[in-house]
Amino acid sequence: MTVTSLDQSLLYPSPLKEFWQAFSHNKGAVCGLGFMLLMVFCALFAPWVAPHHPSEQYRDFLLTPPVWLEGGQWRFLLGTDELGRDLLSRLIHGARLSLLIGLASVVLSLIPGILLGLVAGFFPRLLGPGIMRLMDIMLALPSLLLAVAIVAILGPGLINTIFAIAIVSLPSYVRLTRAAVMGELNRDYVTAAQLAGASLPRLMFFTVLPNCMAPLIVQATLSFSSAILDAAALGFLGLGVQPPTPEWGTMLASARDYIERAWWVVSLPGLAILLSVLAINLMGDGLRDALDPKLKNAI
Amino acid sequence: MSLLDIRNLSVRFGAADAVPVVDGLDLSVEKGEVLAIVGESGSGKSVTMMALMGLIDAPGIVQADCMQFDNTDMLRLKGRQRRRIVGKDLSMVFQDPMTALNPSYTVGFQIEEVLHQHLGLKGKAARARALELLERVEIPGAASRLDAYPHQLSGGMSQRVAIAMAIAAEPKLLIADEPTTALDVTIQAQIMELLLDLQRDQGMALVLITHDLAVVAETAQRVCVMYAGQAVELGQVPTLFDAPSHPYTEALLKAIPEHSAGARRLATLPGIVPGRYDRPQGCLLSPRCPYVQPRCRDERPTLDAHERGAARCFFPLVPTTEVA
Amino acid sequence: MLSFIARRLGLLIPTFFGVTLLTFALIRLIPGDPVEVMMGERRVDPEMHAQAMERLGLNKPLYAQYFDYIGQLASGNLGESLRSRESVWKEFLTLFPATVELALAALLFAGTLGVIAGVIAALKRGSLFDHGVMGISLTGYSMPIFWWGLLLIMFFSVGLGWTPVSGRIDLLYDIPPVTGFMLIDTLLSEEQGAFVDALHHLILPAIVLGTIPLAVIARMTRSAMLEVLREDYIRTARAKGLSPTRVVFVHGLRNALIPVLTVFGLQVGALLAGAVLTETIFSWPGIGKWLIEAIGARDYPVVQNGILLIACLVILVNFTVDILYGLANPRIRHQK
Repeated sequence: MTVTSLDQSLLYPSPLKEFWQAFSHNKGAVCGLGFMLLMVFCALFAPWVAPHHPSEQYRDFLLTPPVWLEGGQWRFLLGTDELGRDLLSRLIHGARLSLLIGLASVVLSLIPGILLGLVAGFFPRLLGPGIMRLMDIMLALPSLLLAVAIVAILGPGLINTIFAIAIVSLPSYVRLTRAAVMGELNRDYVTAAQLAGASLPRLMFFTVLPNCMAPLIVQATLSFSSAILDAAALGFLGLGVQPPTPEWGTMLASARDYIERAWWVVSLPGLAILLSVLAINLMGDGLRDALDPKLKNAI
Repeated sequence: MSLLDIRNLSVRFGAADAVPVVDGLDLSVEKGEVLAIVGESGSGKSVTMMALMGLIDAPGIVQADCMQFDNTDMLRLKGRQRRRIVGKDLSMVFQDPMTALNPSYTVGFQIEEVLHQHLGLKGKAARARALELLERVEIPGAASRLDAYPHQLSGGMSQRVAIAMAIAAEPKLLIADEPTTALDVTIQAQIMELLLDLQRDQGMALVLITHDLAVVAETAQRVCVMYAGQAVELGQVPTLFDAPSHPYTEALLKAIPEHSAGARRLATLPGIVPGRYDRPQGCLLSPRCPYVQPRCRDERPTLDAHERGAARCFFPLVPTTEVA
Repeated sequence: MLSFIARRLGLLIPTFFGVTLLTFALIRLIPGDPVEVMMGERRVDPEMHAQAMERLGLNKPLYAQYFDYIGQLASGNLGESLRSRESVWKEFLTLFPATVELALAALLFAGTLGVIAGVIAALKRGSLFDHGVMGISLTGYSMPIFWWGLLLIMFFSVGLGWTPVSGRIDLLYDIPPVTGFMLIDTLLSEEQGAFVDALHHLILPAIVLGTIPLAVIARMTRSAMLEVLREDYIRTARAKGLSPTRVVFVHGLRNALIPVLTVFGLQVGALLAGAVLTETIFSWPGIGKWLIEAIGARDYPVVQNGILLIACLVILVNFTVDILYGLANPRIRHQK
């Protein structure tokens, strides 16, 4: 008897490979991923990547223009700000803060959001309406305004910014998880697990939750980008991270006064915000198309 | 002079060398005649009529030697001129009535739109005519239905409204694309009856696209059987049913329960319609044909006229003498 | 239709009370002594402190305090600003029209341009124009608008000198507030050139505030339009011999606008949040700037009830959008 070799083309690709095929099909998403990797690299190795210390003031080089302009210096590739600090170094260190705020606030809202959503989905009579009403109330306030209100209570600062943004993005996770759970609960595989005697936590976390992850991952990317945007807005309003920390929004706020003299101090931090948010949104689009084709037309 | 005369119509989607969905089709319809086009889904029945209506968009390509309707070549007409005929002298009823009506507008609005576009009727005159039309298609309580929205109507009702829209400008040719397929069985007969009644009443020609041969037997005068984008047999109704020339027609007839009384199970034709990649070199039916000969696999037959119609087969089932 | 409205109203009331709970809690959560917080003074004399506790009802149990708060709100008393000693409601009313004017101008800009761009992109799917619209809208959607505003000021005001840098109107003009809407008031005042000047002041802020809604509306219109154009009823409309313009606008757009309208409504909340930033950049005297300044000055009565008022506004707008949605979509209107 001969052993026939398996036809490779008939084997199912591994989920990861399949995902990457769908994701890499979207050129924008790959560009976004590339930019994000660059940013993560800068953030991780900021002290080594940045040519100068972010708060070191070169008093003789106030508002030096970027290198390609007249009066620019090779020492300061992107020029210096009003206190003579190297802009490039500040931007690189700013990437650190933005990513930290984004990551921390996503984690801090994703976990309670999923828990509340699961509870609301599994107890649609007992706890569901209460939780959902609470989320509706939170949604009645536009996200930035709610963040502003929270910071008004807690006071400005990095930690409070993270908390405010985490609280603000909570409702969308709760709603999304609940909707997904409600959809899955009617499926036969859940009934089967129930009949097999699965405990409630097992049913929640091992049976149902993995099948609700696709929209949650997409939402997490989207709220990552809006976290960066909101953090910068809070910083710009003077309610977020306080100077001299090199946060992009805070940098913009102090650059406002030099709008007539030094365009680079105004343009570059904003460009950094725009590019990183754009990169994440592009990645989010690619993720959504690859993970959850149903959401394709949603915004 | 026929009312409609189509010569060598081809429709393809995508590149110019793509496999045509409709392939060299000849078709004619006389004034006041009922012609049925029969075939499986994907055989190109609907696409042919969509091409005539000018409803094929890019990347679709429509080519024909001639597409003469009522003494005008529809292929040569541009936008505005075409729209003067389409919806007026030439109109169409579609398969699924539940999605064919615009959900945002009332039934009255959608009928009056046709009246305004083609007959210039406005206001009260249009409304009165719309009411007449609803009564003509036997909608009960017609007056109250004018202000109804499509979602408030049943499928049968919606199809009646669609028919009212299609006959609003008294067309010379009405195309009904599987008008009863999406409806309940009990409603199907009513709608067919209404269509035939209107056809006789207004003296219009009717092209009935269907895959239901039983309906054809009861309604049509002539039949065109299509397979994989080609007409495989043309014929008059009683003769074609009694003695089909083409193996495909025979297979279709055998699949009607009434025709196979006594048999333990319905006859079926094994296999499926050839797609883009498995198009045979010879006769398109050759992989499925029970009477296949070596010649059938190598050469494509042409549609040859015989004394009772025409068939695209090298070995017609009923021996015929060719007409020159 | 009436029962539809009634059901929506029923949902409105608990949300409203929830928001009052939120703003009620706001003041109690601020670290520090509530009297000091409410009076805006540090180290209040103990006797005065006790009086203030009594007057503000802070010595009562929490639930009683909440009922007091609701009672005050019901009687139209929203407290007074610590800075100006003006009633919060009055300040709100003076500043609100400025925000509305800005928001309406932004929506007008975003709505017209967004719908047109979305429709054309859908009709020319896959074309250069389509890719351009999608790219620009994704960029707009990712835009930090406070930076965008600064860029526009840098370019148009500082660089080209086309538009003024800040405010609603030049100091030269003395416009008596009649409606609170500068465009209307300048017309009423009959001062030469005032209207044009007000318009000049409005353009940049409206563009900045309208950028994100524009991006969202263009994207949404495109995808809704693409979906609708595939519908059977579009084929029916074409088979009727209607002109392409009529098919696209009467039969297509009407249906495509239903989801766009909802997005439009959701954008109103985002618009108010954006107004906070836009008003700060352009020194636009509206409620956004008012709120931020109040936070900076620890003017808590303004913060508390300003937030309440804005939340109520958003709730009301969403309610209106729901109703409009019902009007636009007969299938929803007739739901029992």
